[in-house]
Amino acid sequence: MRRFECRLVIVGGGPAGMSAAVAAYEAGERDILILEREHTLGGILTQCIHNGFGLHRFGEELTGPEYAYRYEKSVKELGIKYYTDCTVTGISSDRTVSAVSAEEGMFKIQAGAVIVATGCRERPRGALNIPGTRPSGVYTAGTAQKFVNIKGYMPGKEIVILGSGDIGLIMARRMTLEGATVRAVLEIMPYSSGLARNIEQCLNDYGIPLYLSHTVSEIHGKERIEGVSVVRVDENRRPVPGGEMYIPCDTLLLSCGLIPENELASGGLAMCDVTTGGCIVDQDRESSAEGIFFCGNVLHVHDLVDYVSEEAAIAGRAAAAFARGDKRGDVNISVHFDKNIRYCVPQKITSLKDTDIYFRVKDVHRGATVCVNVGGRVVSEQKKIRLAPGEMETVHITERMLAENTGDITVSVIPSGV
Amino acid sequence: MKKRKLICIVCPRGCEIDVTMSDHGEITGIEGNSCKRGETYARAECTHPVRILTTTVRCEDGRLLPVRSSCGIPKERLFDCMEELRSVTAAAGAMIGDTVVRNILGTGADIVVSGNAGA
Repeated sequence: MRRFECRLVIVGGGPAGMSAAVAAYEAGERDILILEREHTLGGILTQCIHNGFGLHRFGEELTGPEYAYRYEKSVKELGIKYYTDCTVTGISSDRTVSAVSAEEGMFKIQAGAVIVATGCRERPRGALNIPGTRPSGVYTAGTAQKFVNIKGYMPGKEIVILGSGDIGLIMARRMTLEGATVRAVLEIMPYSSGLARNIEQCLNDYGIPLYLSHTVSEIHGKERIEGVSVVRVDENRRPVPGGEMYIPCDTLLLSCGLIPENELASGGLAMCDVTTGGCIVDQDRESSAEGIFFCGNVLHVHDLVDYVSEEAAIAGRAAAAFARGDKRGDVNISVHFDKNIRYCVPQKITSLKDTDIYFRVKDVHRGATVCVNVGGRVVSEQKKIRLAPGEMETVHITERMLAENTGDITVSVIPSGV
Repeated sequence: MKKRKLICIVCPRGCEIDVTMSDHGEITGIEGNSCKRGETYARAECTHPVRILTTTVRCEDGRLLPVRSSCGIPKERLFDCMEELRSVTAAAGAMIGDTVVRNILGTGADIVVSGNAGA
């Protein structure tokens, strides 16, 4: 078995991995290797052929493949090495990366620093507990997207979509353009988790009905799915009588949330955050395992790839500094949050520098103040017109706020009129 | 006077835009957008709405190639363009940025390759 050394190993060649690689290169690191499971670089973007990417990062609206191509081009032009068709099977706390590829079988790399950028996957039927038979024709929206956009197969003609996440909305439009009929999009929550513009351009443009506070109560069909029973639910997501309907369909697409693909860490390598499903990290995206960094959707699920690139660049620069042996921060500040917030990333600060803290709220708020205090003193207050669980928010922490106050950081959301 | 409520689709922010129009259909006021692009969108949406079309075309080698329209296509022509593209075959070596169809169905939009062919 081949063993070799590399100063920076990046697991995953999607938008996070490529952005981290480019940032590390720009920070002076030259010995970088990206390991990618698929046959090409680009990650999930290669199947996201719709537009809407890159407005923050590049100031123009790109399709998924176009966005990925920008980074792929940089990776190639800078001469950053990458292996494709290569799966990482394990990372140990001494930063040994075990991998396997069809070309060379198993091999091990002793890395100076590791960045994990393995993205996320969709919540499947098995995790949703939908009663009924187990016929064919039930797919996650992303699987259907791969079928249609990469393989050129239509999964069906009469479609029901459960969950109103962005991928589900995008697929509603895509399947309609390809000649299918999308009968309904069902959302168990009283609001959609997808972007307002996707409701508009993917559903309203084509007259596809969105049923909020509705879910599938039973799947029917023996060999192939024949239809779904649908119920209306109350605020506790329990079925209410009177709202039942039956929708015939030959395909059910699931767009019910994304889960970080964090198996490389969750086996005990690093401490995890039960809410995000990713690791607990500091401002540099370094986990509790020294020199092992996490970024992108494996850390927490982002709304926009632009934010993934931004976060990955932070990890890339920091991993390059670690591999170089730069002096490390020596503070230990925890980031706390109040009951209106679901999670914050990063969860801790180990070095006094300007940092953005990303967070998500639990419920929709029309009018609220986002308040940050350090060591019990309010350091920033920001008024927001609207906060929603589907939209990641940011608070900016300056080095000065941390230097002038001693103690932990607390982020809170105070709804207007309270 | 007529009022229309729009959700802007230009960026992920999704501003709610209120458009006021005279009885003759002239736009007299646009409110709620947070940038200039939003105003342009609202104006187009109330006169002649267009959408970027993204889809795939077959390559000579059988693989699928992602494509996009170079600019907005009138909403009511989207299905015609989809139909037109079903009969289009791209060269096997088509690269990102290459034009597959020029001025599709006279809409003024070119159909351009947006990425590498799939597996």
